[in-house]
Amino acid sequence: MSNMTSLSATRATLPRERLVHMYRQMRRIRHFEEAVDRLFQQGLIWGTFHLYIGQEASAVGAVEALRPDDYITSTHRGHGHCIAKGASIPLMMAELRGKETGYCRGRGGSMHIADLDTGNLGANGIVGGGVPIAAGAALAIKKKGTDQVVMCFFGDGAMQQGAFHEAVNFASVFKLPVVFLCENNQYAMSMPVEKGLGSNDIAARAASYGIPGVSADGNDVLAVYEAAKEAVERARNGGGPTLLETRTYRLRGHSKSDANRYRTREEIEEWRRRCPIERFERWLEAQGVMAAADFEAVKAEVLREIEDAIAFAEGQPDPDPAQLADGVYA
Amino acid sequence: MRNGEGMRELTYAQAIREALAEEMRRDDSVFIMGEDIGVYGGAFGVTLDLVHEFGPDKVMDTPLSEAAIIGAATGAAVLGMRPVAEVQFSDFLTIGADQLVNQAAKMRYMFGGKAKVPMVVRTPLGSGTGAAAQHSQSLETWFMHIPGLKVLAPATPYDAKGLLKSAIRDDNPVVFFEHKLLYRTKGHVPAEEYTVPIGKAAVRREGRDVTVIASSVMVLRSLAAAETLAAEGIDVEVIDLRSLRPLDTETIVNSVVETGRAVVVHEANRFAGFGGEIAATIVESEAFDFLDAPIVRLGGKDVPIPYNPVLERAAVPQEEDIVAACRRLMQESRRSGVRR
Ligand SMILES: Cc1ncc(C[n+]2csc(CCOP(=O)(O)OP(=O)(O)O)c2C)c(N)n1
Ligand SMILES: [Mg+2]
Repeated sequence: MSNMTSLSATRATLPRERLVHMYRQMRRIRHFEEAVDRLFQQGLIWGTFHLYIGQEASAVGAVEALRPDDYITSTHRGHGHCIAKGASIPLMMAELRGKETGYCRGRGGSMHIADLDTGNLGANGIVGGGVPIAAGAALAIKKKGTDQVVMCFFGDGAMQQGAFHEAVNFASVFKLPVVFLCENNQYAMSMPVEKGLGSNDIAARAASYGIPGVSADGNDVLAVYEAAKEAVERARNGGGPTLLETRTYRLRGHSKSDANRYRTREEIEEWRRRCPIERFERWLEAQGVMAAADFEAVKAEVLREIEDAIAFAEGQPDPDPAQLADGVYA
Repeated sequence: MRNGEGMRELTYAQAIREALAEEMRRDDSVFIMGEDIGVYGGAFGVTLDLVHEFGPDKVMDTPLSEAAIIGAATGAAVLGMRPVAEVQFSDFLTIGADQLVNQAAKMRYMFGGKAKVPMVVRTPLGSGTGAAAQHSQSLETWFMHIPGLKVLAPATPYDAKGLLKSAIRDDNPVVFFEHKLLYRTKGHVPAEEYTVPIGKAAVRREGRDVTVIASSVMVLRSLAAAETLAAEGIDVEVIDLRSLRPLDTETIVNSVVETGRAVVVHEANRFAGFGGEIAATIVESEAFDFLDAPIVRLGGKDVPIPYNPVLERAAVPQEEDIVAACRRLMQESRRSGVRR
């Protein structure tokens, strides 16, 4: 796979305003994650979380191919999907601070953020747990006869789960409007993808379910967008599911703590040079869409937005322990 | 305390690691497998460095596949291996539950006694780390309910090592529950070879007034509660079950015969939790005639474990809940005029 090609033909189909939006979304994800890391170091966030740094192009490119009324299912590494689908950063921050006004009233935390208003059916603490749910959401769409689509995000590790296999087969059998998007970031925790999967060719596995399989450069936001667009259109038009692989890299540790014993510094450095945000900047500049000053301006606005979100979250009320048992049943 | 080899201290995690290493050295059919247990050392560092001594054939990093891990352990065990499978969080046992519940547990009986399934599934349970609803459960009751499985939940480094060794040598499938909050606790672990028998509870503290029956991290909370209560003149006996199935009913009943009061405490949800089984065991036994007050069950609230640390703490029994329960029991039996 070549990592420096593409970022090309799409210009004609995406107006400037969308390109700038995509750039801003990637920056919002990056700086949100940096802030989460910092707040954890400061002891203001507890529990665990999984940073999306390095994978921003995958969520942003894929969601750009969706309509606002489409759905996503997400993973333990879900902040990026959540922001890309349009979530409120202050409410995410409030959730990570465990506040009553956060997305899950402080009950869920990083691994369970859901935002039904923007079509986000939730992050998931169970690897592969979202894949059957995506099939079920697509089943409901089909029964209701709307033309919505579900974008199901999961990692290479999830492809090692039985639930993945069952759900993709199920969706294929019923020709459900879902895109199975495997974010292959090269590792499932410490397990390299080439050791965790008997066949490294993720897209090729689609053939065994009788659905199309496609692989895209996951650090190229426009390549992801184009591949996702084709898959989404197929799903919307009754063509059934697609398995789409985005090849990318997790630049940070697996979760809050990780000594990186399973990979080399050189490898991380190599992928850092393929940073999806910087690549997009180079392209935007070369195409005359944005200039260096524009990048700086977006970055400054995003950083301010995130500082405001942190301040907002700080001022929010904590949950009342007297309400601990509320909300288990509808 | 004397210094020297005989009195060395290890953490709970180190004790488990030592049990795994000693059993792999002792018996060539023993091997361990699970997610990220090799160079990563496991999510809680329990298997750190074992791959360097034993190599990747004995310390197998598996795909992210709990059903296959537990099922492969079952199949390997039937052919005479002694696999120790690690499931990274006990919440994920649900994914391999078919292999454990429908296959491993029943095989021997279904086959008319023809097979042996000498395997162990090690897995951490419990809340207290902010990992929220899908990484904090205590599902031990699920597996206690299944004939054919043995279920262990050690509270101390000594027992963690000794019981794990017994579990590995046992010819039946054993689910071995470790507690995340215990991994860093320290305790005496002799360097000499020893095992702890499966099915024997331990009396951690002797007392005349109330018997507190606990397991895993609740043993530590019960012992701390007992100290507080001692200062008030309430003398608490603390039983550490260690083995949940088989259950040492004799130790429980004997203690309650002496104290006449019982508090059962576990982190697992109180509703349909194993505290009910223990309470029933007491009232069905000769201890019934000695009871001075109703048995108290303390357990997790009937909610998924919440993320917010204040809510999370409130969702499971804490030291102060045990203290309050024992005080209440004493007051109730005083009111009803019981003298002991
Ligand atoms: C069923 C299940 N098994 C194990 C885990 C522990 N765990 C959390 S994330 C992870 C690796 C997931 O890898 P992948 O699906 O590739 O996603 P990535 O973390 O790389 O984004 C593991 C082993 C889990 N949460 N759920
Ligand atoms: Mg991965």
